[in-house]
Formats: sequence, C-alpha cells, structure tokens
Amino acid sequence: MSRVHPLLRAAATPLGGPAAVYLVALIAAALLAPWIAPYPYDAQNLAEAALPPSTAHWLGTDEFGRDLFSRILYGARISLGVAVSSMMASVAIGLVVGAVAGYAGGWLDRGLMAGVDLTWSFPEILIALVMIAILGPGLGSTAVAITIGYLAQFARLSRAQIAALKGELYVEATVALGASHAHVLFAHLVPNALTPVLVAGMLAAGDAIVLEATLGYFGLGAQPPLPSWGAMMSSGVAQMFIAPWVIVFPGVAIALTVVAINLYGDALIDALQIRNRLRER
Amino acid sequence: MALLDVRDLSIELGRVQPLDAVRFTVDRGQTLGLVGESGSGKSLTAMTLMGLLPTLRGRVRSGAILFDGRDLARLPDTEYRGLRGRRIALVMQNPMTSLDPMQTVGAQIDEAARLHLGLDADGARRRSVETMERLRIPSASAMHGRYPHQLSGGMRQRIVIAMALAGDPDLIIADEPTTALDVTVQAQIVQLLSELVATRDLALLLITHDMGVVAQACDRVAVLYAGRIAESGPVADIFSAPRHPYTRALIDCIPREGQPRGTLVGIAGQVPGLVSYPPGCRFAPRCPRAGADCAAVRPPLTALGTAQVACLHPLDAPQRGETRDG
Amino acid sequence: MLLYGLKRVLTLAPVFLAMSAVVFLIVHLVPGDPIDHMLQIGASPERRAELVARYGLDRPLPLQYLTWLVRVVSGDLGEAIILKRPVAQLIAANLPYSVALGGLALLFSTVVGATLGALAAYFADTAFDRAAMATILFGSTVPNFWLGLLMILIFAVQLGWFPVSGARSWDAVVLPVLTIGLGGVALIARVTRAALIDAWRQDFVTLLHAKGLSRRAIFARHLLRHALAPVVTILGLKIGWVLGGAVTIEYVFARPGLGSLLITSLAQRDYPVVQGCLLMLGVGVLIGTLLGDLAQAALDPRLRERLA
Repeated sequence: MSRVHPLLRAAATPLGGPAAVYLVALIAAALLAPWIAPYPYDAQNLAEAALPPSTAHWLGTDEFGRDLFSRILYGARISLGVAVSSMMASVAIGLVVGAVAGYAGGWLDRGLMAGVDLTWSFPEILIALVMIAILGPGLGSTAVAITIGYLAQFARLSRAQIAALKGELYVEATVALGASHAHVLFAHLVPNALTPVLVAGMLAAGDAIVLEATLGYFGLGAQPPLPSWGAMMSSGVAQMFIAPWVIVFPGVAIALTVVAINLYGDALIDALQIRNRLRER
Repeated sequence: MALLDVRDLSIELGRVQPLDAVRFTVDRGQTLGLVGESGSGKSLTAMTLMGLLPTLRGRVRSGAILFDGRDLARLPDTEYRGLRGRRIALVMQNPMTSLDPMQTVGAQIDEAARLHLGLDADGARRRSVETMERLRIPSASAMHGRYPHQLSGGMRQRIVIAMALAGDPDLIIADEPTTALDVTVQAQIVQLLSELVATRDLALLLITHDMGVVAQACDRVAVLYAGRIAESGPVADIFSAPRHPYTRALIDCIPREGQPRGTLVGIAGQVPGLVSYPPGCRFAPRCPRAGADCAAVRPPLTALGTAQVACLHPLDAPQRGETRDG
Repeated sequence: MLLYGLKRVLTLAPVFLAMSAVVFLIVHLVPGDPIDHMLQIGASPERRAELVARYGLDRPLPLQYLTWLVRVVSGDLGEAIILKRPVAQLIAANLPYSVALGGLALLFSTVVGATLGALAAYFADTAFDRAAMATILFGSTVPNFWLGLLMILIFAVQLGWFPVSGARSWDAVVLPVLTIGLGGVALIARVTRAALIDAWRQDFVTLLHAKGLSRRAIFARHLLRHALAPVVTILGLKIGWVLGGAVTIEYVFARPGLGSLLITSLAQRDYPVVQGCLLMLGVGVLIGTLLGDLAQAALDPRLRERLA
C-alpha cells in the first residue's frame, strides 16, 4: 500500500489529476480575485455594454458594461465561499447528530432520525425555498438553506458508520475502563467515521454550488450587484438575444467546477477505498 | 463408448492452469464422483464441461472433451448452447442463489422445457408439475407458482434438479449439490439423484468434497488434487484398497461409528495455491511417503489393478485377507 | 399487496403532518405579526378580525395548526394577497401544467435513461459504454436552469424550432421536458447499468447459461426485470427531483405552473400562495414516494412480506 497521502494519490489518476489542477487554480483565483481581476465587479460602463469577448474584456461585458471575467472571478469567491462554508456546517451538524443517534440508539435515535428523515424525502431545492420563505432572500438565507438541505445525508451516513463501529470490542473495552460515553463517542468513534462523511461532503459541495446558483438565478440568493454565478445569469436572460455570453460563461464555470469536484471526489473515494462505506446514504 | 470421455484436459485462467491433463470417463446409468478439497479445481471442471469457461475469461489449453464421440473442447459457443440443458445439464451448489429470485420456480422449470422441447405454456407446465411430483415435491401444482424465497433449501435444490431434467439430458453435472443443505436433507437429495440415474439411464458426474457421499452414491470415483487426477477407479476397490496416499488420507478422514473421542483425523498441510504449485508431484509436500524423486518428476497416471494411480510410491495392494481396518 | 399499500400510507402520514406543520409555521417564523403576512398593507380592521376568527389566530399555536390543517384538507388554502383570489383557485389553475411537465419529463427520463443504461450494460466495457457514460456524466452535473437557457439559446433563438417561453402551443413543452428529462436520464442510466451489471454477476445467471439460454435471452427475459426494481426505487426516492426540476424550469421558460407561481410569490412575499404551493409540492413528493414503493413491491415479491 503506497505511503503517498490519499489526496495526492487521487490527484495522480488520469481523471483526478486535471480535476485537481482545475480546483486548485479555481481556489487560488477566488482567493486572489481582488488582485488579479482586471476590473472591479461592479464597475459599470454603459458605453461598453453587451460587448462580445475581446482583448479588453476577455469574456465580454454584461448589459451594464461590467467585465464578465472579473465578475466570474469574484463570483467564484461568493459561490465557492457560500457552498464550502455551508457544507462544512452541514457536515459538522450532520456528523454530530448522526453520531449521537447511532450511538444512543432507542428513542433518541428514532427521534433524531425522524427529524432528519423529514428533510430526506424532499428535494433540496424545496427545503431551500422553505428556508428562503422564512428568512427572506439573501446570501445568508442561502447559506442556511444549503446547510439544512444537505444535513440528512451526512446524518444518515454518520449514523450508519457509528452504529457499525459501536459493536466493536474496543468500544466495550474503553467503556469498561471507565471512559464516559461522550469521550468514547467523540474521541474514538467519530474520528473513524469522519472520512466517508467528509468525502460525501466534498461531493455534495458540487450540488451545493448548483443550488446556490439556482437560488441566485431566481433572484432569491445573492442580491445585486453581488456577482454570484447564478445571479449573473438571472440578469442575463433579458440579454440572451443580443449577448448570450453573459449566460454561457458563468454556466461553463459552474459546470467545469462541478465536474471537477465529481471527478476528483471519485478518484479520492478509490484512493481511500471507502466506496462501500459510502453506500449507506 | 463412454458417454463422456475427458482426455488430458488442461485449462488456462489468466496466468494459471487450474486443471492439468485431467482424465476421467462417465457412462450412462453410472455415477462418477469427482472428489477434491476446495481449491482442487472441481467447480472449474464443471464450468469447463458446460463450455462456460469463457465467462470466467478462461480457455481450454489442451486435451479433449469427448461427449458421445464429439469433441467439445473447442466447440463454438453457439453450438455448445444447443447442448446445454438439452443433453448436458448442470446442478449448482447453492440453491439459494442459483434460482432467479424474481420468477416463480415453476416458470423457471417451464422455461427449460419450452426452450428445449418446444412445448407450449400449458404443456410445459404439465410436464414441470409431473417432474416435480416425481422428485417428491409436495403439492407440486401449488408449488409451481411460488417464489424461490418461499421454499426451503431442500425444496429449492429439487427445483434445480427438476430444471436440469426438463430438457431430458443424457448427462447431469452436479457441482456439490448437497453442500449447502442440512445434513438430513443431503441424504434425500443424494438418494434422489441415484434414483434418477437408475430410472432414466442418466450419466451423473457428482462433484463433491465429501467422501461419505461418494461412498453412498457413486459407482466410480476420480480423486482430484491441485488440478490433477491422483487416482480413479471403482468405488468399492478404491475404498477398500486406496493406492494413492492422498486417497488413503481422505478415506481416513471420514468419521466412523464408534470412533473413540479425539481420534478424528485430518490431513496435515494445505492445498497449494494456484500460483505456487510445487514441481513434480503436487501432493509431495504433504505426503508421508514422499521420496526425493517425487519433487523431480510428475507421476504419470498408470493402471494399477482396477484403478488408475498417479504416484511414484503407491500404497501396496492389500494381501489376501487383509482389510483396511485390520 | 393492498395491505402493504395501507401500511405504507400509514408510515407516510406522520411525514405529511410534520411537513404540513413546517409549512404552517412559515408565517409564524417570519419576523412580524402573522396576520400582516396574510393581508395586504392597509387592510381594514374588519378584515383583520375576520381573519383572526377564521384561523383562530388568537388561540394557542397547536390549535391554530389544527384549524389550518382542517381548512386545508377541506380545500381552503387562504387568499392570495396580491391577486386577491383564493389560493386554491390559483393552484388549481396552475397544477395541470406542472403535472404535465413533470409527468412527461419523468417518462422521458425513464424511457431514454433505461434504454441507454441497458445498452451500456449489454455492451459493458466497450467504447460505446464508456462514451455513453461520459456524456451522461457531463450532462447531469450542469445546473438544469443553465441547460434550459442553453436550450432556449440554441433551439429557440438560433434555430427557431420551438417557442422561447410560455405555454401557448403544444410544442412549448418540448424544450422544458428535454431540460428536466436530460438530468434524469443520467441518473436512471447509471442505476440501470449498475443494476444490470450487478445482476449479471449473480450465480443464477450461470445456471441460466447452463440451461442453454443465449446472452441476449438472459438479458431480455431475466435481467431486465432485475434492473426494473432499482430503477423504480431510484425513481421513488428521487421523485422530488422531478418536482424540484419542474419548479426551476417553469421559471426559466416562463411557463405557468406551481413552480413559477411559487417563485414569483416568494419574491412578492405573498405568503398564503407560498404556503399553498409548498404544501402541494410536498404532497406531490409524498405521493410519488408512495407510488414508487408500491411499484417496487409489485415488482419484487420478496418485499411484499416485509413491513417497510
């Protein structure tokens, strides 16, 4: 078994490699956007409205003359930022809820999972819309919506892992040695269950980016002039007839990112050899 | 002429050769027991005889499989298909997994009849129920519409046998037909098979690891070790006077009535893995009679009395009056 | 079979109650007085009093929920703030469009997806298989609203084959169905292919070979049934996805339907309509799940004896 870290091993595969390169470049671009973007994202210039790609504007301009390339760079910050932070929160909450449910068993288990399963049957977009209905439109609501929408799968996965590990001898031994349940759960069991849940979280981040974009497209997510990838396309529909690039490029960015996440995630699952552990979703 | 005559059959699976110059025959109205431990190549023999080796990405390397005079070893699949089920039928080990869980058991038997005998739905059903009755499946007509998961293991295996009989075959290959069943049911199935051989003049190749079954149900036996035939011959002779040390060891393993506690015998060592066959005689590392020559040259199958034995230092023929237990 | 159906309905009942409770709570969770979220600004005191009486808004919360639930079940979903019409009427007018869109998309996904998946499995590990699955992978990861926009761009704007939006002619449903459907094709093709390849490895397939059946016969007569079950399962599980897709795509194509109604009323803060739409969509998901479970049990005889 190679001693190279699984993250690197996944990047060494024919599909995982380019995907990893793209993701690293994307994250770098997002972080460095304020420094590398040729124009500010909200700089309107009506004289240069709706221009096709050119040397001055690599990806063209939108209906307000804003540079599309810069907006996509800044959009990366927003879309990735919201997706990743929501996913982390979702994973954390789901992990704990599932772990407690799986370890405790009995009515606590049933109660917690009943709540979780309530969201399980409904598509994430509906749950997100319910959250938006309560919290109103905006980036914050989007983040909450994504967190709650994806909670169920992490809770279920975590619960399955913990329930399986609970029966191991070393757990009984540790409890017999006087360790409290909380200690056993969080110091021993959860770290073992962490990997599949984290990887599932990574894959779900791709869906989360799409969800954020969809909400933005509806005008319910990031509010103008914030250039979330989805919101950019919302204002672009009217321009579709004369400036289709306003819709095409942000979509390409999303598509490439999600495909890259899926390809790298798949390679990672193979490198970590946890494919069967992920099946109890 | 024997119905099935396997001559020096060697097969290849990837880079290994699980069967090496295997030789045996089966006749109509006869049962040949093919005995070996796990890993000896028994199931692969069954698959090869059915022409299903390609599905495992294997192929026949050399030798011949003469069935009714025709060499099947290099037969194209389309022609082989005409034989499967119709003239050669297979009974597999685990009736739990060898039946399609989504079809009624009756439909599965009917399918074989319709395929090979061209019967219509009603005709096939009638014939299937008849066969099921003859195999002593209770309430055959009602059973016909049940699903595999609703039947016990023994019943399921009878269904598998009924399926095998549906095309009216000449040869049945039973690959460990009783291993997955309860001990009490095992005897019933073995008896059933023996009856079929007698009443229908079938040839039966009974593959098993259980020498007890061989003693009960077989006329002749071929002992397979690590892909090679160690010894073959009539059951009565082989059991009373085994010539190959491995055969002797296998027979000694059978628990006997009244045996004092703690005296169960095993065979020391393990069957060599496919990739680590020793040179020369493959049983030599475990053999109490092995000599220096055993590792050097492969012992050929030679006739010794009524048996064929592949051993350089075979056990002596018993003297007059001597018995195995003596 | 009937018994199994009843059991499933009973298991889903608490889910329905919980979902409806969440929908009910929306007006109470939004900051401000719930009554304000149900009325237009500047409504008369008489109007307010009428609403309080109708929904028991001065009574404890659980009682309010029950009152609301009883009204909902008897068909009264409240009144839309902006359009001043009964919500039930708005929904009734829009529902057929959504059902048509969702139904056709589901049909398209299933037929095309299952066929593609079966072919990929039959020709597993060949160039065809790899190409098909790669295309499908790509097609499924793009956001569906973007796919819809591209469809409009290429087929409506550039080629002019279909209308850009609305539902004025029958061919206006083609692009929307394709958009939602293509997303589903990927999922169903993947599941079908995996199920068939999995089934192919089972022991009983060896015996089918031994019976003398050809590869094609084994595939068609036996395996497809085995793939049917996982496909129905996935359809039942992901039925919500069709509805979610419909919501988005109706908005993209400016088609009438529950989806566009929901999105526009969300933007306008017309809560009675929002609640009505969410409730209907939620019920739709549950019905879809139920149908999926029943179909599964009908296909796999082993499931009928299990509880749920």
